[in-house]
Amino acid sequence: MSALLQVVEVLAILAVLLSIAGFLIWYERRLLAGFQDRLGPNRVGPFGLLQPMADIVKLLSKEDWIPPFADGFIFVLAPSIVPTTVLLAFAVVPFSDGISVADLNIGLLFILGMLSLGVYSIAFGGWASNSKYSLLGGLRGAAQMISYELPLGLSLVGVVMLAGSFRLTDIVRAQSPLWFIVLQPLGFLIFLIAGFAEARRVPFDLPEAENELVGGYHTEYSGMKFALFFMGEYLDITLVSALITVLFLGGWRGPILPPILWFFLKLGILISIFIWVRSILPRYRFDQLMQLGWKVLLPLALLNILITGAVVLAVR
Amino acid sequence: MLSNLRTLWIAFTHLWRKRVTVRYPEQKPYLPPRWRGRIVLSRDPDGQERCVACYLCAVACPVDCIALQATQNEQGRRYPDWFRINFSRCIYCGYCEEACPTYAIQLTRDFEMSDYRRQNLVYEKEDLLISGTGKYPGYNFYRVAGLSAGVKARGEGAEELPPVDVRDLLP
Repeated sequence: MSALLQVVEVLAILAVLLSIAGFLIWYERRLLAGFQDRLGPNRVGPFGLLQPMADIVKLLSKEDWIPPFADGFIFVLAPSIVPTTVLLAFAVVPFSDGISVADLNIGLLFILGMLSLGVYSIAFGGWASNSKYSLLGGLRGAAQMISYELPLGLSLVGVVMLAGSFRLTDIVRAQSPLWFIVLQPLGFLIFLIAGFAEARRVPFDLPEAENELVGGYHTEYSGMKFALFFMGEYLDITLVSALITVLFLGGWRGPILPPILWFFLKLGILISIFIWVRSILPRYRFDQLMQLGWKVLLPLALLNILITGAVVLAVR
Repeated sequence: MLSNLRTLWIAFTHLWRKRVTVRYPEQKPYLPPRWRGRIVLSRDPDGQERCVACYLCAVACPVDCIALQATQNEQGRRYPDWFRINFSRCIYCGYCEEACPTYAIQLTRDFEMSDYRRQNLVYEKEDLLISGTGKYPGYNFYRVAGLSAGVKARGEGAEELPPVDVRDLLP
């Protein structure tokens, strides 16, 4: 019976996540239009809410094209990696007290590992397409992921030191009087910036860079395979937002409202910030990206660890 | 960094500004009076076709979308036997209107003529002819022309002198 319940829970979380990804298609376009004095999709259904449905129907009815010059197997494999790894990473995210698929005691490490695996999607996709734009996009993606994985991981060391655990529920419980955004402002900023890079969002969307690389790693993709890349990106945004919520904003904690609502409220605000930033910032140049990653964020992350460690030692 | 925050704030205020989007089918956009849209063939105040089938519009057309065949009635008045405009080619440049010596061909403010079938965009003479005079209400080419063609006798047109007997020496 409990096994059946767990299966139901897993399916429910999967359904919620996939519908969030679908909803974000509409939400991003609508909100971005809002920042630009436009209306955005408002025709299909009430407020254009059924726009994702129309998009899916369109993508499904498109020709499933594998270019003759591509490496067939890897070409098909690549788009499935991002959604898979991100959904797997969601397995350890606690949506509320007790609502998570698996509460691993190394949850944070598991998530970081899964995030790192996601880069294979871009590298494979770029390589298997066998086209110069895709390859350049894939290379950029790989370089960017490696450069930003380090500050991303290191910025969380402070949180882990304060909470004394890699388990995400423990980290949320450790934030009972004060959220970690107050205790770890530097770590939060580093994680936010590295998270933008990790989700390949503006201003770090160099792997796609439609102005210079046509479409980057997904230039040669069409139909549902392209949609999988897109879904992966939206799920990535959701995952990074969920992580910021859990690690820095006290997860499901909050007064009056039920915990699960607090979690999704914080999640929604963070996703909106992702879109908000997209509306104002241009893309970084590649050397600027590398410079920011290695010369600014990495030393800052190390400094953050040093200070946190010293303070924790002194307090103990 | 501070400028970025300022930019974020400016973008946020734009969320509450007036939208520039025109919700087209319900809300029509403003069209200037001289908008160049669907082409029509107008009639003169007497209800006759203005077109004299001179082919100037067809010559002026940069995309060759106008085709016609001239003919004339028993009184010598020229008119097009058939007149065809292919609107899937037309670029609405208005050169035909400028070329027309009789104000027959005119561009209107209608642009809602899309269709699912390309064939339906080829307009024949009966589709092009309108019942009115269009932009030039009082104008009738044959009233100012030195040609009779059944509209008026020679020498009776506006600003037209009676015909002169060229063999007569009297002033």
